[in-house]
Amino acid sequence: MSLEQFKNRNVGTQNYVKLDLDHSPTTGWCQFKQVVKRTFKPELFVGLGVTFREMVNALFRGKMHTTQYPFEKLPISPRYRAIHDMLRLLESGNYRCIGCGLCEKICISDCISMETKYDENQRKEVSEYTINFGRCIFCGYCAEVCPELAIVHGGRYENASEQRASFSLFEDMLTPIDQLNLQQEYAGFGAISPNADENVKSTPLAY
Amino acid sequence: MSEVQIVENMVDITIDGVVCKAKEGEYVLNAARANDIFIPAICYLTRCSPTLACRICLVEVDGKQVYACNSKVKEGMNITVDTPDILAERRAMMEVYDVNHPLQCGVCDQSGECELQNYTLELQVDSQSYSIPDTKRETTNWSSVLHYDPGLCIVCERCTTICKDMIGDAAITTAKRGGEALDKSWKDNMPKDAYAMWNKLQKSVIAPSNGTGSTDCSDCGECISVCPVGALVSRDFVYTSNAWDLKRIPAVSAHSSDGFAIYYETKPAAIEDRREKIFRVTNEWNFVSLDGAARFGYDFENQDVSKDETAFKAAVEAMNKAETIRFNSVITNEEALMLQTLKEKKGLKLYNPEVRPFQNFLKLYNEASGASLYNGTTDTALKCNFVVSVGGALRNDSPGMKYAFNNIQKMNKGAGLYFHPVADKLIPTFGKTVETFTHKAGLEEATLYLLLELFADADKLPSDVKDYLAELGRDNLINMLGGDADAFNKNFEKMMKKKDSFVLMVGEDYYGHAKAENLAKLIVLLEETAGFQVVMNPPKANALGVALICDLDDEATGYTVGYNENGDFRLSALGDAKGDSNVLDMPAMNQQEGTFTTLSKRVVPTNVALEYNGYVLNDLMAELMDAPRETIEWTPHLPTDKGYQAMAFDDMLNTFDNAGRDNRGYLLNVTYDEVELPKVDKFDEADGLDGDIVYRCNPPRQFSDFSDKAHQIFEPFGLYASEDRAKELGEKAEILFKNGKITVDVIVDAKMEGDIVALSDFKSAQNVYELFGASRYQKVTIRKA
Repeated sequence: MSLEQFKNRNVGTQNYVKLDLDHSPTTGWCQFKQVVKRTFKPELFVGLGVTFREMVNALFRGKMHTTQYPFEKLPISPRYRAIHDMLRLLESGNYRCIGCGLCEKICISDCISMETKYDENQRKEVSEYTINFGRCIFCGYCAEVCPELAIVHGGRYENASEQRASFSLFEDMLTPIDQLNLQQEYAGFGAISPNADENVKSTPLAY
Repeated sequence: MSEVQIVENMVDITIDGVVCKAKEGEYVLNAARANDIFIPAICYLTRCSPTLACRICLVEVDGKQVYACNSKVKEGMNITVDTPDILAERRAMMEVYDVNHPLQCGVCDQSGECELQNYTLELQVDSQSYSIPDTKRETTNWSSVLHYDPGLCIVCERCTTICKDMIGDAAITTAKRGGEALDKSWKDNMPKDAYAMWNKLQKSVIAPSNGTGSTDCSDCGECISVCPVGALVSRDFVYTSNAWDLKRIPAVSAHSSDGFAIYYETKPAAIEDRREKIFRVTNEWNFVSLDGAARFGYDFENQDVSKDETAFKAAVEAMNKAETIRFNSVITNEEALMLQTLKEKKGLKLYNPEVRPFQNFLKLYNEASGASLYNGTTDTALKCNFVVSVGGALRNDSPGMKYAFNNIQKMNKGAGLYFHPVADKLIPTFGKTVETFTHKAGLEEATLYLLLELFADADKLPSDVKDYLAELGRDNLINMLGGDADAFNKNFEKMMKKKDSFVLMVGEDYYGHAKAENLAKLIVLLEETAGFQVVMNPPKANALGVALICDLDDEATGYTVGYNENGDFRLSALGDAKGDSNVLDMPAMNQQEGTFTTLSKRVVPTNVALEYNGYVLNDLMAELMDAPRETIEWTPHLPTDKGYQAMAFDDMLNTFDNAGRDNRGYLLNVTYDEVELPKVDKFDEADGLDGDIVYRCNPPRQFSDFSDKAHQIFEPFGLYASEDRAKELGEKAEILFKNGKITVDVIVDAKMEGDIVALSDFKSAQNVYELFGASRYQKVTIRKA
């Protein structure tokens, strides 16, 4: 076992890598030249032309593209990764999470935490589960690694709230029990492939 | 007196075309491991006897299939690890192990550190050919710490093997599963070894060997650590954490003097509480076996401490005012050196009743033998085939020595003698060639005379000793020590067959003995004339370090600062400083780095497992005199004249190699001077104590306030007695000593026998050491209370 980690007693002296960027203009004249160069390029008028054409199309030819959000919402792709959903088993209504901790382990922004315990039915019970949405980068690894398809990405992309923490409780993400019939199977990352049955090898059973 | 020499014949063998050196007579599997060659094996444990339960270590030796775990290395052997036949056998075995094994890897506590999973993948098992109806097997708790899920068990018998061959409790065994019988047709349709293994597996589970649902053992938890799957887990740990979440911190057990190598495994306590917490203790179970205190007594940290400046100022003032510092052996070498420096520079007295008698005894031994320290270690003891234990309650005082005593019986076809005034029901179960003597307390000299009579080379003995032994007579000595001369003589002949290496284990009773000087001389005589190597058991934790580094005083006078002990001002790691202006917080052993000196004379490093933000002893030193910035900067300054080396803490290794060699830290240098044989005194049979006798002795798993603080150590403070004696005493007893009295609960220890009762000493607040004085036996009056 390497003991290196125990030998560094100087906290906070890590080596930072600095980016090698172009030099910024230093004198006033150089700055003025840069502004002029960036402003008077022909691309400006190409862009204005496109805008003018679309304005004419929208106002006079009836080709308006604007969606009247929030009164109107576009359908979202099943592979979009928004706030997580915790799914339930359709048969029993129990939550699917078995507390294996793989999502916690794989999370690259280290934002998932869970506590588990031995419950009175001799099973592993998830007693606490949180996702810190201040840190979550919605990469989808947790949904992909989940062996039970218990944690998936839902379509809730409206993340404006007083506190992002208010999305993160297990109960908030869990399918409400009265809406179990509306629970959708997830088709995004980590979902079972359509030909999964063909890939299963059968195992002999004695009964 | 000389160093212990271990002669090992090395031979050349060829494994898969690679020529390797191996110790003659070693098992092929161990030889391969020592040479970094991988042979798959599940059931084999280094230091234990091969069980042949898994049969996966099948290899080909000179064209013949043998098991690597039980065939011994011979010169010129040619070994092939994988042949097509063997690979087919191994694959079939892994398929059999996977039959009906629950697919709950997601919740299993083994969480990926599973040997079943590893070997299934290693042997590329991707389909199953076998099947049989499963049997319902219920999860049970065997004791206050052991949790067994037979559904996950693959009956590799590692737990039963370690319990029998190493621990000595033999508390678990294989039992009938009541499973369906194998279809006979399998016999012809599958590889032979796989069938035989399956046949046995299908019939067995593991169960407590006493026939009840609970184990009658020392709760050391070693069975948990050797379990290759998640079948055995500690009750406290079940389903609380995945192995991969835990950070492993190499450390040293802070309780017994064995200095067991452990890993504290930590992670944040909870979502709401991000402080690191120790979830379990693990060990390199192939090379070191822990006792219950080391494994379960880990949460004794001094939590939530910040720098309390008023207490610190008071502490500095107290240290300036102090005449004496009182401390115990739960302290690192570095801290001991700081205290010694205080003594040298400021003339303070160092008072340590735990270690003082031991230090005296080492000095007496040194004068008599010319050796700076005893010559044995637990490692060299394990290679002996005759072991004698004197002056120690093996089961309570020294788990490492108990394991060695037992292991010698099981692995080396050894024999053992156990001399102690308190009879123990466990020791005789270690082997048929173990004889126990229950002698009167006070007759310790007689035991050594008997050993001289039994083992000494008569030509080497001084004539006066020879005459004295003749005068005493062997049979008379045996009977005087509570033995039966006729029966013993008959057995002893058997015991001595093919014995060539002898080890004497000396326990704490001798150190504070009134005749300690004569005892030390007799031990030296035994070494010189009978070829015994000697291992002494330092009373607790780092007692050897304290004894070597500090120059202890006989008594405390004046204003006393207690370090984890009573005193006018206290430095305490026990967490009792909150709101008390007369106490300054100190870090506990799992919150500081430093070194320990173990029973095996090894200086071993321990690391920080848990955060501590308060003051440490080094800060006090800096205030009182010049001190370096870090505590570990004291490490290279440990006294070289006592055998320490000028090695920096960060240069110390903390590992075992594949051959099982302990590479932690370094061994103390021991010097051997030539001196004449000591002149020993005669003993007086009237020294034997009669009447009510109390023995200062802790229950197994308890060593100090720190083990007591741990939530998984349940043994209470009290008066331990055999069943009969406890019945006489009732629930509570009052013990009247010459210089005080104490009232304690009476607790039954079913493994004790006889009338001597054992009073615990692990609570420093009870001041049991003051009641006893140096001797561990006291004649007292015991009353019902």
